[in-house]
Amino acid sequence: MVAKFDLNDDQVVVIIGTGAGGGVLANELAQKGVKVVALEAGGRYLPEDFVNDEWESFGQLAWTDARTTSGSWRVAKDFAGLPAWIVKAVGGTTTHWAGASIRFQDHEWKALTTYGAVEGANLLDWPIDGAEMAPWYEKAEAKLGVTRTGDRAGLPGNNNYLVFEKGAKALGYKEVHTGRMAINSADYDGRMACQQTGFCFQGCKWGAKWSAAYTDIPRGEATGNLEVRDHAHVARILHDDTGKVTGVEYFDKDGALQMQKARIVCVAGNSFESPRLLLNSASSMFPEGLANSSGMVGKNYMRHTTGSVYAIFDKPVRMWRGTTMAGIVQDEARHDPSRGFVGGYELETLSLGLPFMAAFLNPGGWGRGFTTALDHYENMAGMWIVGEDMPQLGNGVTLSETKDQHGLPVANVNFDDHPNDVAMRNHAYRQGIAMYEAVGATRVFPTPPYPSTHNLGTNRMSAEAKDGVVNKWGQTHDIANLFVSDGSQFTSGAAENPTLTIVALAIRQADHIASEMAAGAI
Amino acid sequence: MTKHDLRGLTRRQLLSRSLAAGALAVTGAGFIAAPNAAWAVEVTVITPDQMATLLQMARDIYPHDQVPDPFYAVAVKGYDSEDMKALVAEGVTALDAAARAAGFDSYVAAGWEEDRVKLLQGIETTPFFQTVRAGLVTGLYNQKEVWPIFGYQGESFSQGGYIERGFNDIDWL
Repeated sequence: MVAKFDLNDDQVVVIIGTGAGGGVLANELAQKGVKVVALEAGGRYLPEDFVNDEWESFGQLAWTDARTTSGSWRVAKDFAGLPAWIVKAVGGTTTHWAGASIRFQDHEWKALTTYGAVEGANLLDWPIDGAEMAPWYEKAEAKLGVTRTGDRAGLPGNNNYLVFEKGAKALGYKEVHTGRMAINSADYDGRMACQQTGFCFQGCKWGAKWSAAYTDIPRGEATGNLEVRDHAHVARILHDDTGKVTGVEYFDKDGALQMQKARIVCVAGNSFESPRLLLNSASSMFPEGLANSSGMVGKNYMRHTTGSVYAIFDKPVRMWRGTTMAGIVQDEARHDPSRGFVGGYELETLSLGLPFMAAFLNPGGWGRGFTTALDHYENMAGMWIVGEDMPQLGNGVTLSETKDQHGLPVANVNFDDHPNDVAMRNHAYRQGIAMYEAVGATRVFPTPPYPSTHNLGTNRMSAEAKDGVVNKWGQTHDIANLFVSDGSQFTSGAAENPTLTIVALAIRQADHIASEMAAGAI
Repeated sequence: MTKHDLRGLTRRQLLSRSLAAGALAVTGAGFIAAPNAAWAVEVTVITPDQMATLLQMARDIYPHDQVPDPFYAVAVKGYDSEDMKALVAEGVTALDAAARAAGFDSYVAAGWEEDRVKLLQGIETTPFFQTVRAGLVTGLYNQKEVWPIFGYQGESFSQGGYIERGFNDIDWL
């Protein structure tokens, strides 16, 4: 029985966004008997709706509402209106994500302590650590069915992986395998095993990859404690004279402005929309935006140091067959400043279909230097770099002059690489190229970063209120009944794909919120 | 990023004919056609010469010698529209002026690709060039019919994925 709550019900928890953070939090709270209204800007799409065609799927799922960009990153030139490739739908970017699910390394929770002060970077330690998070990671891995955790087997390696593995071993890498993936290697939790179909980024039509859209969301709804309102675009969070939040205003599917009262508000719209909403909620009491006494809302944006290496061989690879990202080298994820940078990076297999390869291999490129690469598409292998980038005060989200379809200022995303990011990327390019050359590559392509998929840090967690936006529970330092529940909480980015950590934090946050509510503290 | 935009209004009629390649010829009012008459593009708003220029530009910007002309024709057919008319007229005029300054009768009349590419490099930053180039990224490479030429297989869900159809069949490592 799906719940339906009254707009004037001031005892509900309102969650804004239904992805890895909001979607999981909504279900976890509902399971504990907490009444939840989840507001999702996008529509509902399930496996039968997903489309295995790159551009058509992009049109179906991607957030294409206006955003603007600035800074020296190449994305601002090549994809000025598309700083991120993330999803606007129930389940959020858990429909699109590759499924890589790896824990932070212990030292990464303490970036400032481990790396020391880095000039130009605004590093900080998380107020939590690996020991604190271990049990929550275990719950998250069980929820997602992560391979190579618990008693779950790894996925088999596809052609792209077999090339990658041979190159990695030729270089002497030891930690090489098909990844810890939230993609079933055998039937698990009512979802079937991976059929090696490709198109993981377009939504898994088998449901073999975990997505909140068809797990946590319907399970939460089945409790009778969760109401998900789709096509509900939140405009503003409201507060009373004491500074406590009291509800949210949102545009419903017909474009009408509604107001939902709330006991607690949790923001989980990702690292662009969450700070944008806090900034757009500025009032006479909070002229710089909600929860922004530190001035850190929207600051310290991180996107991981990324890039890709593609290579052409003299024989076919057919990298698009099978799981898009089931392959990893972890040897470079360590912190080893002798390489010329702090932090580390992962190398992960990746493939794009021909249409997206044409768009992303070398954006803006043309002529035979470009087209002879695509001529050998069938003989291509590919990998993605994902490494820790430096939080910087100048990187982040501010309100743009541009307005969206509701008349609300959109997010402007400013980004410049830190010299540490550049040094790491160049190291990773060299290693990736060496891997493929060891297997006989005849041509290699150090490919620039795509529009961001890992968006982190713009409402960061800090021990001290002056250093960040939220405390160790994701509760804002300034407003006791306002929480942040997505990747914007990240104090530092670490080298790992962030979804597993977002999910673990959401499960932990649900436990905290439910116990604080029971105690009458919020 | 250019949104999904197949400029395929006449694709069906184009592709219902054989995919013979060959130099383009302006054959008279309202048409350009392959010399062997295997296919033709009708234009109603822009001139046949302008369409021939766009087709040559498409081949020079994204040259794939194994891809026949009709795919390129589909990719630029959308410029035969009132919205694009002025951009095309100004752009082609400027490109041909640059060609004459370089000693050719026109851009299309320059016989070597290297010469035509130099002319295109001269207009690379113009809105005309950038519009045509960006449009081709989806207009050319998002034609499902062109994918097999590159070996790309597209969706596999309808066939049960690759789990029993070669996801790990590489045999040369």
